Amino acid sequence: QLPTGLYKKVLVILHDSVLPYMNEPTLMMDFLTVAYGIGGAISLLALNGLFILIHQHNLEYPDFYKKLYSLLDPSIYHVKYRARFFHLTDLFLSSSHLPAYLVAAFIKRLSRLALTAPPESLLMIIPFICNLFRRHPACKVLVHRPSGPEDMSQDPYIMEEEEPSESRALESSLWEIQSLQNHYHPDVAKAAAVLNQSLSEIEDDISGLLELSAYELFDKEVKKKAIDVPLEFEQLRGLFGKKNDIFAEHFSLD
Amino acid sequence: SNPFEVKVNRQKFDILGRKTKNDVGLPGVSRSKAIKKRTHTLLKEYKEREKTNVFKDKRFGEYNTKITPEEKMIRRFTLERQQNYGKKNIYNLNEDEELTHYGQSLAEIEKLNDIVDSDSDTEERGTLSAELTAAHFGGGGGLLRKKVSSGQQDEEEEKPKSRKELIEEMIAKSKQEKQERQIRRESALELTEKLDNDWKEIQTLIVRKTPKSEKKDKEVEKPKPDEYDMIVRELGFEMKAKPSERMKTEEELAKEEQARLQKLEADRLRRMRGMDEQAHKRKPSHVSADDLADGFILDKDDRRLLSYKDGKINIENEEEEKEEEEEEYGGEEDNENEEESEEESDSEDEEDDAADGHSDLESDLESEEEAAENKEEKKHKTNKKQTQNVEELDPEREAAKSELPYTFAVPESYETFKSLLAGKTIEQQLIVLERIQKCNHPSLAVGNKAKLEKLFGFLLEYIGELATLDSPELRTIDRLILPLYNLCQMFPEAASESIKFILRDAAHDMGEVIEVKGRATFPGLDTLIYLKITSLLFPTSDFWHPVVTPAFMYMSQLLTKCRVTTLQDVIKGLFVCCLFLEYVSLSKRFVPELINFLLGVLHISLPKKQAQGYTVVHPFTPVGKNLELLLVRDKEDLESWQKQNLPLSIMARLKESSRTEINHIRLSCLALCFDLIKKCAALYESLPSFHEIMHPVRILLTQHVPVNEYPEKMQEWYHSALKELENKVKHYTPLICEKKKPVPLKQYTPKIVKVLEFGRKQAGSKKEQERKQLIQRHKRELKGAIREIRKDNQFLARMQLSEIMERDSARKRKVKELLGSLATQEGEWKAMKRKKWKN
Repeated sequence: QLPTGLYKKVLVILHDSVLPYMNEPTLMMDFLTVAYGIGGAISLLALNGLFILIHQHNLEYPDFYKKLYSLLDPSIYHVKYRARFFHLTDLFLSSSHLPAYLVAAFIKRLSRLALTAPPESLLMIIPFICNLFRRHPACKVLVHRPSGPEDMSQDPYIMEEEEPSESRALESSLWEIQSLQNHYHPDVAKAAAVLNQSLSEIEDDISGLLELSAYELFDKEVKKKAIDVPLEFEQLRGLFGKKNDIFAEHFSLD
Repeated sequence: SNPFEVKVNRQKFDILGRKTKNDVGLPGVSRSKAIKKRTHTLLKEYKEREKTNVFKDKRFGEYNTKITPEEKMIRRFTLERQQNYGKKNIYNLNEDEELTHYGQSLAEIEKLNDIVDSDSDTEERGTLSAELTAAHFGGGGGLLRKKVSSGQQDEEEEKPKSRKELIEEMIAKSKQEKQERQIRRESALELTEKLDNDWKEIQTLIVRKTPKSEKKDKEVEKPKPDEYDMIVRELGFEMKAKPSERMKTEEELAKEEQARLQKLEADRLRRMRGMDEQAHKRKPSHVSADDLADGFILDKDDRRLLSYKDGKINIENEEEEKEEEEEEYGGEEDNENEEESEEESDSEDEEDDAADGHSDLESDLESEEEAAENKEEKKHKTNKKQTQNVEELDPEREAAKSELPYTFAVPESYETFKSLLAGKTIEQQLIVLERIQKCNHPSLAVGNKAKLEKLFGFLLEYIGELATLDSPELRTIDRLILPLYNLCQMFPEAASESIKFILRDAAHDMGEVIEVKGRATFPGLDTLIYLKITSLLFPTSDFWHPVVTPAFMYMSQLLTKCRVTTLQDVIKGLFVCCLFLEYVSLSKRFVPELINFLLGVLHISLPKKQAQGYTVVHPFTPVGKNLELLLVRDKEDLESWQKQNLPLSIMARLKESSRTEINHIRLSCLALCFDLIKKCAALYESLPSFHEIMHPVRILLTQHVPVNEYPEKMQEWYHSALKELENKVKHYTPLICEKKKPVPLKQYTPKIVKVLEFGRKQAGSKKEQERKQLIQRHKRELKGAIREIRKDNQFLARMQLSEIMERDSARKRKVKELLGSLATQEGEWKAMKRKKWKN
């Protein structure tokens, strides 16, 4: 009923400057539920207010996790409210009473989406997934399945399935993270390689990683001091003079 | 106290510096204390375990020790008054309150005034209470008491004070001690320094006396050189003809070169896998208990593993090893030699000329010794560049050479550098640069290194400026790359610093723009050229590289943060995609941004409709105004299209204004995009989730792209890309964690750790230490709690036992009593009976 911009503005401040001062916060229930159903960034923002209602005012929300699961799409790693969303998701998934299939579905979906994520999000999501493994050891089959079938022609996980219980995530493995071990950013590759070994007991602290920005990452890399600088040894002929230069095929120097 | 009650914890060994806390204990005292405490708390609780009523002591301040009794009384009194104040009888108008004395109302006393009890009076007279004396005589008693109380107060106040003071005193003392120690140390240092100086002075006096005198003699001798002597000396000093190294044959040279390249490639691979870091972080080498510490180490197994290659024994390894050793001896020289060889091989004769004709100019730079050095270096050079150099020696170049002066000073500022190159042809510029390098080679003078390092920066800036021109002089840049490469090989650190500086500036600008506007635009051609140059100068396959990794980050930002609004943006984006592909072509690293961007580019080449089956991510949007940027609808343009190489100058300025030409550029972009997808597919084939990565692209290609409308050439591109995507086997193997290393058995070899500070655990970072401390504290507390609980249980059991015993004994006593009384009754009865009977 509201224009999108206004909707966002309202939802951003709702949880900390409106709800605590209301006599009956439950009145916001309908508003938030509708906002949560809209989808996209507005749903992400409505999550915060909804969480307060569920947590402090006893709101029963059927299929909450299913809804949360369907909120996960490729844009979550790119949007502005990423930190907020993952902070809340971390909260929701911290309960140890969640069934393994649900957590596994979340893990699988998050890592599938991570295949399109920028490095600053990857650096956050990989420890996030590691933490999920630590909280729910039953999900460890995703990274360690010693007695599985040798060769599969298909990933059993069904990405399009809306219902987490039907997604067959527990039969799958985390090939996505294995692919990310080849990521170009050294820190991401290292973080992904952690899942090769058995995990340590202590949970990683991801609060510092939530707000990571690309520029900070860049700055960190630039400020690193190198002992020596390896050089290219292939003799070059010009700007496009390398062996098998892609540029020479498609660009000209004019 | 009683020596039998003291328990001394004897120490087995005296350890210097260890503080002992519990060396003396008083078990009896502490036990009685604990029992007393339990009787006050636990026993009370136990006794009241089945009682629900609770006794509450509401007397004001009964358990408050802070208030003095007098004050307590006063406060209680006021409280009582306050309580009674409101509850007054409303009919009782006259009497506000009842006056009392010693708890009795005065009124009553007044009534009974006449009948004074003499007994009590006498009693009072007999023993004057302290209060009475205090009230009546006011003298000694009161004072005494006051004194006592004040004394008590003092004590109370003194107690905490004294403790605090004690601690403060201790702190002050330790501080003082520390200071004193420092002063002592400093003075000792000073003294030793002084001693050293003195010794040095004396030493010079002792030792150098003789040589000085000799020197003087020599100086005396020198002024009269004999010609004969001179000749003899010259002959003596002249270089004897050494057996020079045999000239290597072509084959050997080729082999050597190959080995060198192989070694470099092996290095590159090692860096690519990121094994460098682990290897370089020196692990503390294990020292076994049998080590005699005599410096004898069997460090290397000299035996080689026998290996076969194509049926022959692999000998190359050996050569490589040798090569490696050589490298170690002169890692830096290697580069210089290379450099040298290049310069000199192409202009040997020229340099001779220079030496002859302009000796007056260069005499200050080149001394004879250095010339000899150069000659030696010439001998060592490899001739790999000869063929290339021959090509370059064209007449034009010769002409350019003759025109220019032979020596150049390194320009101090960018302006002078620019003016030096201004108005010259490419050839001339190259020669100028070459000569600057040669005249100011670091081996010739001390400051030359810094100067040439600056030159790299200037050259880079110059290239940037050429690229930002309205019609960028890319040909010039193309030629200027070579001197840039040479300079970079000479000064890797400086080169990396200057490129990093440029990258940082560019990223910083973009960050600011994003903060202000919320989105960024693609940078100019110069930045893109710099990124390309980075890939030429540095190995892009390294796991981590001081320059390349930031460049990666910057390019990733370009592809995710910059809005694509014009055709130029598309071309720039595709250029960055090409860069990415080139960067990772050897290492095959995964770049999500690249796939995203290509998907987005394909998306904007489609006619507007609801996107289905795939989602485009930032910076592209499924719906919006910048769609259809690459869409070509004109049939004729489609037909007349020929694949053309995109000129880089488009990025600076879009010259083509006719619609046909623009459409052609669009189609070329599309073709480029198809080709890039094909290359990506080939590159990422080995990734385990290749199909998931390429899924959206495949859906878009198969379901949405209007293939039939494309010209034939484009269809070729399309099909080759699709083929590359489709004919990959799907292959999934379940993941299995690496096995944990078995924990090694504990050995008897003592672990030697340097102790920096006593009484504190070493090892680990601060965070780790904190964690350990917490764990230790938790353990200690847990132990203490368990002990306490155990003692509580013992205490309770004891109490219960004593209760039972008491009850039992009471019962026994009662039974005995009863039996006794029965027996007496019986006895009495029998006695009565007997009496009766008698009677």
